[in-house]
Amino acid sequence: MNKEGIITEGPNVAHGHDSAEGHHGHEHHEQHFIWKYIFSQDHKMISKQFLITGIIWAIIGALFSVFFRFQLGFPDTSFPIMETFLGEWAKGGKLSPEFYYALVTMHGTILVFFVLTAGLSGTFANLLIPYQVGARDMASPFMNMLSYWFFFAASVLMMISLFVETGPASGGWTTYPPLSALKEASLGSGVGMDLWLMGMSLFVISSLLGGLNYISTVLNMRTKGMTMTRLPLTVWALFFTAVLGVLSFPVLFSGVVLLIFDRNFGTSFYLSEIFIGGKALPHIGGSAILYQHLFWFLGHPEVYIIMLPGMGMASEVLSTHSRKPIFGYFAMVISMVGITLLAFLVWAHHMFVTGLSPFLGSIFVLLTLLIAVPSAVKVFNWITTIWRGNLKLNPAMLFALGFVSMFISGGLTGIFLGNSALDIHLHDTYFVIAHFHIVMGVSAFFGMFAGVYHWFPKMYGRFMNRTLGYIHFFITFVGAYLIFWPMHYEGIAGMPRRYYDYSAWESFKHFQSINGFISIVALVVFLTQILFVFNFIFSIFRGRKLTTKNPWGSTTLEWTTPIRPGHGNWEGDIPEVHRWPYDYKDDGNGNDFIPQTTPLRPGEEAH
Amino acid sequence: MSGFIITSLIILVFVIIYQIGKASEYAAVLRGKEKVDAQVNRAIAFLLVAVFLLGMWGIWACHSYFKDMMLPVAACKSGENYDFMFNVTTIVTGIVFFLTQAVLFWFCYKYQASDKRTSFFFAHSNKLELIWTTIPAIAMAILVAFGLRNWFDITSEAPKEATVIEIVGKQFNWLIRYPGADNELGKRDFRKINDATNVLGLDWSDPHNEDDIIAQNGEMHVVVGKPVKLVIGSRDVIHDVGLPHFRLKMDAVPGITTTLWFTPSITSDSMKQITNNPDFVYEIACDQLCGKGHYAMRGTIIVETQAQYDAWMKSQKSYYALNNADAAPAPAEEMDAAPATDSVKAISMK
Repeated sequence: MNKEGIITEGPNVAHGHDSAEGHHGHEHHEQHFIWKYIFSQDHKMISKQFLITGIIWAIIGALFSVFFRFQLGFPDTSFPIMETFLGEWAKGGKLSPEFYYALVTMHGTILVFFVLTAGLSGTFANLLIPYQVGARDMASPFMNMLSYWFFFAASVLMMISLFVETGPASGGWTTYPPLSALKEASLGSGVGMDLWLMGMSLFVISSLLGGLNYISTVLNMRTKGMTMTRLPLTVWALFFTAVLGVLSFPVLFSGVVLLIFDRNFGTSFYLSEIFIGGKALPHIGGSAILYQHLFWFLGHPEVYIIMLPGMGMASEVLSTHSRKPIFGYFAMVISMVGITLLAFLVWAHHMFVTGLSPFLGSIFVLLTLLIAVPSAVKVFNWITTIWRGNLKLNPAMLFALGFVSMFISGGLTGIFLGNSALDIHLHDTYFVIAHFHIVMGVSAFFGMFAGVYHWFPKMYGRFMNRTLGYIHFFITFVGAYLIFWPMHYEGIAGMPRRYYDYSAWESFKHFQSINGFISIVALVVFLTQILFVFNFIFSIFRGRKLTTKNPWGSTTLEWTTPIRPGHGNWEGDIPEVHRWPYDYKDDGNGNDFIPQTTPLRPGEEAH
Repeated sequence: MSGFIITSLIILVFVIIYQIGKASEYAAVLRGKEKVDAQVNRAIAFLLVAVFLLGMWGIWACHSYFKDMMLPVAACKSGENYDFMFNVTTIVTGIVFFLTQAVLFWFCYKYQASDKRTSFFFAHSNKLELIWTTIPAIAMAILVAFGLRNWFDITSEAPKEATVIEIVGKQFNWLIRYPGADNELGKRDFRKINDATNVLGLDWSDPHNEDDIIAQNGEMHVVVGKPVKLVIGSRDVIHDVGLPHFRLKMDAVPGITTTLWFTPSITSDSMKQITNNPDFVYEIACDQLCGKGHYAMRGTIIVETQAQYDAWMKSQKSYYALNNADAAPAPAEEMDAAPATDSVKAISMK
């Protein structure tokens, strides 16, 4: 195969010598099953490990939400199936309040950390960074493998915590002390909480090992000609994600370690003047608010750790399937720089009602609303990208479009919550739930789905079923709005979040029927996600096979590798890059795109 | 058994859907992939527009459903400011929402793939970027200005004449303390707490405590038109005094004293008429997850006229009198060891 062969390749041009079987013979040696599939150091395999572990966690986390939604939506009905799953925690088919809170807590922890952090950046940073910068693997494949196995160990601890006698952590995914620090305060603050803290510590280590690797790969391993300004936006986004993680996760780690100390070694970092369980505790001088500062110093960048990969992938997918360059490449990069910087300076907007100094609060209002500007720039750029394009509305594209729609909806409600004078009423109501589920839950998932549908052919050499993809998209898109749109109203009406039952409240009990409605939609959307998982698994083995290397007619480097690349990605030399990644224009040979590996034509201007 | 049947039914449905999906793909190959692709693309573009229109109808339907379920008019001045600001923000964001979503879905339809057209190579425009950086920045500046005015208003010092009431959270109810005739809350110390005789740990060596009244039923009485300053504390974990009808809330943090003040403007009785609900009551909702009873941590506020308030106050006995019917005050133990916690004088708003 020669370079010219890549250049003139069109989306529908078949190349016999690219067939999957053609390449295995070139492997230098047959690897043992264990080194190839389990303790693999190949970025592609590690990415699949992250993705599949993430999918398993996502099913568990989503199933939890179905359970507690049904408890919330139908408090007077019993669901024997819950007892089947949860045993004594749901005696008679009704959740106990303790376990309701445990499920809420684990739902948040699993989805935020194990799915949308590890599952999302773990998958796509591993898959795309080496591919798209033109490297044979990560800077340190061994560290990369460790990153996955620390994540796996964290997963094991978190999983064990679901089965301990006093139940898993139940103080909310933010686990504020003193509730999380004192065994007397709640059942879930027993062994479950210790396991949660240890699991999170391992998770932080995994995240740091991964993040450092991503950063050094992007900075050092770019192929010849791949200047920073020729990086695809996915790589930029994953790079900033890693920067955010590396700088903020250690702060969470310190917060977690101090909490372990307070719980087990009698320190008073977070505890002061507490009377609980019939006695006064000896702790004096700690500050419960300190934990919140440490937590949200990670917690807010975490939101962007979740959002940025989706932004990057949506940019890539929108551009490819619009057959049009991304609009405002530099504006996109600069806005990501802005988001990354501001992400570190807005954490206290989660704490407006903790008694924070009003002056400090006002600074955080200003910085928080400032972040709306780069976000708005990105939205307008995405919309302009599809303007006068030639839109191929396949499932990946639909999810990218859905991502933009959800990002707009969720972003706009952030303007309410970032303004402290409005937050003082909306804080900790369903408005907050609606806001962050749309913007960092649904929207981030849509970015992830866009990525999965788009890069599935690269991962497995087959396509996912398109019809199922369409069903998946439309039900999820409509369902997500049906679930979360009414929650805004409940929140505006002051309905507090994390309540097990509202029937005793004169102000909130009339929302019972809408809560039931939301729960039913949640079940439907959950089943649709199972359908996606079905599609995913079936397609790995039975999906339509790729016949060309570059099925989408994409410009970036990953599509110049063989259909089923071995460890090392490219046979022969790694490719050289000559142009920016979004040259969707006539190449003079009847194709509507020019891959990055094509040299500039005489007289052609670089971007 | 029924669970098993349901599970197998669901799996069956999945398999059927999958087979349909698979079959449609084979059919597409038979009928000519390109032609089918074009048809599917058109159908999806049409569906997207349908979803958008359905969504717009849905927003209207949702709005009408909730219209009569929302909170009544705000019961204090800062709450009215809140409502106004909320409406302004809703209008600004609402316009942006409708415009961007409409354009997004319209473009999906208008620029769906077609052989007749090629996409327009349009990679950047500094002018456009400048426009849509500046406009959001200005809009944000206006909203920030609005917000900060209200924020500093809400968090300002309470007026001198404000009634001081202490509200302390514990798992899982609210304890409310009135300063009594001397108008001053006495000192309290968490080490003196005793659930039977001293729920707030009042320091009996402080004479200000002798006339303090404690309500353990979570019912707070305030006078309409008179500012009230809440001194907020917690005995165990973090709670939050949520006052939806006043559009306010503030955390109750152990070891830290927070405050919140407002001037109730509508009595409970008038609110019953406004809402047309004889059961109406101002509720205090705990808004910070505090354990298994969090959802039941309910308090109430009775907003009444000065006369009603005075009559009610007269019927109350001081906590000291309730617990020491005939005995003299017990000498406080370990007085020196305990650094006093002066709720009132402790720095408010941390």
